[in-house]
Amino acid sequence: MSFIEISHLRKSFGPSTVVHDFNLSIDKGEFVSFLGPSGCGKTTILRMIAGFEKATSGSIRVGGSEMTNLPPAKRNVGMVFQAYALFPNLTVAGNIGFGLKIAGKERGEIDARVAEMLELIKLPDLGGRYPYQLSGGQQQRVALARALAVKPQVLLLDEPLSALDAKIRVSLREEIRALQRELGITTVFVTHDQEEALSISDRIVVMNQGHADQVGTPSEIYNNPATRFVASFVGTLNLFEARVVDPAAGRVSIDGQPVVTRRDISAFGIADEAMVALRPEALTLGGGDDDRNTLTGTVEEVAFLGAVIRVRVRLREARVSLDIFNDPALELPKIGMPAVVSFKKEDLLIIAPS
Amino acid sequence: MKTNRLSHWLAILIGTLYFLVPLAATFEFSLRKIRGVYSFEAYRVVLADTQFKSSLGFSVVLAVVTIVFGMAIIVPMAYFVELRLRKLRPFIEFVTLLPLVVPAIVIVFGYLRLYNSSSILPLTNFTLGTNFLLACGYVTLALPYMYRSIETGLRSIDVRTLTEAAESLGASSGTIIWRIILPNIRSAMLSGAFLTFAIVIGEFTFASLLNRPAFGPYLQLIGANRAYEPAALAVMAFAITWACMGIIQVVSRNSVAARP
Ligand SMILES: Nc1ncnc2c1ncn2[C@@H]1O[C@H](COP(=O)(O)OP(=O)(O)OP(=O)(O)O)[C@@H](O)[C@H]1O
Ligand SMILES: [Mg+2]
Repeated sequence: MSFIEISHLRKSFGPSTVVHDFNLSIDKGEFVSFLGPSGCGKTTILRMIAGFEKATSGSIRVGGSEMTNLPPAKRNVGMVFQAYALFPNLTVAGNIGFGLKIAGKERGEIDARVAEMLELIKLPDLGGRYPYQLSGGQQQRVALARALAVKPQVLLLDEPLSALDAKIRVSLREEIRALQRELGITTVFVTHDQEEALSISDRIVVMNQGHADQVGTPSEIYNNPATRFVASFVGTLNLFEARVVDPAAGRVSIDGQPVVTRRDISAFGIADEAMVALRPEALTLGGGDDDRNTLTGTVEEVAFLGAVIRVRVRLREARVSLDIFNDPALELPKIGMPAVVSFKKEDLLIIAPS
Repeated sequence: MKTNRLSHWLAILIGTLYFLVPLAATFEFSLRKIRGVYSFEAYRVVLADTQFKSSLGFSVVLAVVTIVFGMAIIVPMAYFVELRLRKLRPFIEFVTLLPLVVPAIVIVFGYLRLYNSSSILPLTNFTLGTNFLLACGYVTLALPYMYRSIETGLRSIDVRTLTEAAESLGASSGTIIWRIILPNIRSAMLSGAFLTFAIVIGEFTFASLLNRPAFGPYLQLIGANRAYEPAALAVMAFAITWACMGIIQVVSRNSVAARP
């Protein structure tokens, strides 16, 4: 039995259903991210776990006990909001100690725990400040400490980093992950940033219009996307309508050019359409040994992205983007030049029809 | 650019004169009780009048009761409207404006009909009951001002998220209002309280028709029967008002120290 069991969860606002039949099990100590585009229902599910929103039907169990209809104050669930939501009238220490004070803890115990939390978020000297005297990143760390001070069973974070600038976002997400590992707290993290989800999660739930399209580890999600939606939402992707030539041998044709996949396409019939995909980083410029597939075309665009250079090659009808590492010694391909791109046979993904 | 600045100063000057000239004239007049010399005789007479002290004291107590009572009703209401019933906001706003639309005399006759000595709830039968009725009437009169200032205060903080943050830390609604909401709308409440104070101190219709010894009817009485004393009273009223404003400035500046 998992620590958090969400089953057949549904939520409607009036006539519109924003969460349909959502099911998920989360183990104790696991870090799970909800990833999906705006409006897909991530926040709504998180708010149902926290108790701010009432489920229309279905159930939420935490640690074996039924939570579905419990008020938020009785759930012992820590919540971190995008807008920090620190109490403006209280100092940092007052904020962190708020939950303990409500729980009727003694002064000495509160002070000790607050000091411990301040140490944990690496702001040991800022206990006496007011929220408006802190930077965004510091405020969010205080909000995290406030949520954790009461030792909740579950930590919920709703896009906690999206109000921060890029550098802080990366360093704070690593800090959150390190803290979560150290405390072993079961965590649900909502984001619409795929890189964020991939980098810190044990498992990712890719959400699409109110249901989970795929649940898996970052590498499963990235390397074996279950649906076209997941494939296109997570990472950049070249998608093609390929024609199946020989299902048994894995032979298909992309834009009229024959290629071979190592993935199982035996379910398809000859001349069927199959959705196939290639990650830009799986492709290289130039041919290669016989074990690789090749496609030919002309260079259409070259974009400098810093660490990598993205090259777009036009085949006959279709276009394919590929990433090459930036190397100053390298000569950049020129627009209009004929080009050959190649990729390993196992890198050709087959996307199940949805 | 230059003419522009000049016209700004001119506007300020005209505005200031509009307020200051009558005040200065009133002050000057109030000093002329003894023929031929300027003196504070009128003030001395007013301050020596026991009715002055008793009626002012009565009205101050009534103002404080009105403020406490009004806040106790309006703060939770405005909070829950902001939290859960935002759709009702235009309706509530309309209701809170009604006391400005319905004349006080109509309200007080309504009260007299409802609570007279032969009604089910004969509040006017005994002094405490009448005083209570008067305070309730004042809460109604002050409703538009109190509600508006509290609502402005509530809108300046993120009521929903702060409430949710406190709820997830185990706080009850009462605790949230007391520990989180009130401290953050303190200056808004103070300005509402100040307006209420000013309204109650000078109110005439309710107090007069309910026959209570309040400051408003006293002012009227003096105004009708004396020459210099009303001017002295008016100047004192201004002084009290300005003192209140000064106190509020100091208090809200101190509370600002804890806020952005
Ligand atoms: N209180 C509400 N009343 C009506 N509709 C709502 C309410 N809350 C959310 N919705 C709708 O539910 C859908 C899902 O909203 P939700 O906030 O869960 O999305 P999200 O995935 O968190 O998006 P974002 O990334 O923009 O935060 C949206 O279409 C939204 O309009
Ligand atoms: Mg959201």
